[in-house]
Amino acid sequence: MFRFTARRVLLMIPTFIGASAIIFFAGFALPGDPVSAFGGERELSDSTRAVLEERYRLDQPLLNQYVGYMSDLVLDFDLGESVLRRRPVNDIFWEAFPNTARLALLAVAIEIVIGLAAGVLAALRKGRFIDQLVLVSTTLVVAIPVFVLGFASQVLLGVKLGWFPIAGLNEGFKSYLLPAFVLAALSLAYVARLTRTSLVETMRQDYVRTAQAKGLRPSRVIGRHGLRNALIPVVTYIGIDLAFLMGGAIVTETVFNIPGVGFALVRAIGTRDNAIVVGFTLAAVIMFLLISLIIDLLYAVLDPRIRYE
Amino acid sequence: MSDAGHERPLVEPEVERAEAIAGARAGGNVETLERAASLWGDAWRELRKRWIFWIAAGLISLFTLMAIVPQVFVAPSPATHDPRDCGLRAEDGTFQDRLRPSSEHWFGTDLQGCDYYARVIYGARVSIVIGVGVTALAGLIGLTLGGIAGFYGGWFDQLISRFVDVLFAIPFLVAAILFLNVIATAGNRNIGHVLLVLGVFGWPTLSRLFRASVIQAKAEDYVEAARAVGASNRRILVRHIFPNAIAPAIVYATIAIGGVIAVEATLSFLGVGLTLPAISWGLMINTAQTRIITDPHLLLFPGIFLSLTVLGFLLLGDAVRDALDPRLR
Repeated sequence: MFRFTARRVLLMIPTFIGASAIIFFAGFALPGDPVSAFGGERELSDSTRAVLEERYRLDQPLLNQYVGYMSDLVLDFDLGESVLRRRPVNDIFWEAFPNTARLALLAVAIEIVIGLAAGVLAALRKGRFIDQLVLVSTTLVVAIPVFVLGFASQVLLGVKLGWFPIAGLNEGFKSYLLPAFVLAALSLAYVARLTRTSLVETMRQDYVRTAQAKGLRPSRVIGRHGLRNALIPVVTYIGIDLAFLMGGAIVTETVFNIPGVGFALVRAIGTRDNAIVVGFTLAAVIMFLLISLIIDLLYAVLDPRIRYE
Repeated sequence: MSDAGHERPLVEPEVERAEAIAGARAGGNVETLERAASLWGDAWRELRKRWIFWIAAGLISLFTLMAIVPQVFVAPSPATHDPRDCGLRAEDGTFQDRLRPSSEHWFGTDLQGCDYYARVIYGARVSIVIGVGVTALAGLIGLTLGGIAGFYGGWFDQLISRFVDVLFAIPFLVAAILFLNVIATAGNRNIGHVLLVLGVFGWPTLSRLFRASVIQAKAEDYVEAARAVGASNRRILVRHIFPNAIAPAIVYATIAIGGVIAVEATLSFLGVGLTLPAISWGLMINTAQTRIITDPHLLLFPGIFLSLTVLGFLLLGDAVRDALDPRLR
């Protein structure tokens, strides 16, 4: 286990270097000149320009900029400074992140509760009406792109029926409900299908037959022997999903006007705010790498059949 | 490849199931050996029996036809159904924008007074071209790299696997938006740019998937047999391993076409994909978004067409997977 963990952690380093390099060079290859944008309409004097370029390392070759940026990030968790907004990217990130995190956690909670319930029901009634219903409805949900689903639910549930706030975050917890459902929809469908397949498969195993044969109550057979083993791939899936969601839900946040990480990121790409684009994307990458590390290790703990030498 | 235009490349369950197919096939080879090359024959016989397959085939044929000859669909009244013949006022002075669906304008008109039915019909072309084109490009890259990595192993495999890890760690939608902005400014972005960026970022899942099934097929007896009779590596890879390892990739690619179509619509909707005057469902919803509450038909029609197209490929993938999975027979 120790060797597996060590290897797994070490492998993250080249992945992170590769991903950060791609993002950094792409981010700073965006057309536009941040220093001119800093001055707005007014032409900057040469001396001001020189000071600004030195301050943001823009006078150095791109490779040096990258190395400098990465050492700031690794040593001080410093994501740099937005030239346009004249603020540290860290501050902007921590303002946006809580909104994204609340949305993501609520979405994952919805996935777990509804997705698991639907999946278990479908598996236990395989081939019957409820199973067909789950299969058909999950296929339909996956087919509808998020922004269509978002707008449709906004118009129907928000405006026509008035059940939910339409957009923004002015009504506290209630404001998160509809976006979280929209955000959860796709994964909810996958969780339901994955749970169903996995549980059906598990219930065919010998140890389940043994448990049934020795006269255990069905609830105990399903709970202790079936679900516990069937849920391992589901847990993995939900974990990876959480990792993606924490990086910012671009579409959902845009549709529902939620000032989160994804919303800020799209705006920053529009305004050519390279520092925010690179910083926010890297934050998402770091979060993804860390959460998937935890999931991988958890997987080894959950499934004792898996032995990492 | 990203799935269904949602926030993230959610294909893990599909990958797992496709891998399960590869596993099941490796286990259930007795029958395949007895009747040579019967897997696809069996699969076709199985497919024909499924109503889901016929629904999927119907949807896909319909939208493909729409993409190739949209004129046929507007033929009943070509005069009022021209996607680019727009006008805010008719000759009699009445306003022509945002009309509700009527016998003249079947889906109403949009903000510029264009016939919405014609625009929705002509929108199929972009979706189908991008969906098929991106998947073909991603397939070409992914199958080549994944196949070579899986078959030869060694440093090339390590290199490709690490690179796939890197691409997986970057959020797909963010990468697509970022690189689209890098290679083209909003004014001159066209279908080629979108196709290129999505294809270049779309291959890792296919590569990983195909690599796994190649490794599985490599250990089979028939590969050993081919090697024993002196077949070259190249011949073994192309003639023996490829046909036996391709099934999961085909299932995945079919579903991915639907996913790519949704991603293109999402990008255009966000204002970072295609730009006017291109005719795209995502773009229609983008331009309509401020009016969606007062004129829901502007969302409804492109939304339905988009979802049905994605649905067609999803269902086809589902049907093909079930037909290829001997455990379900």
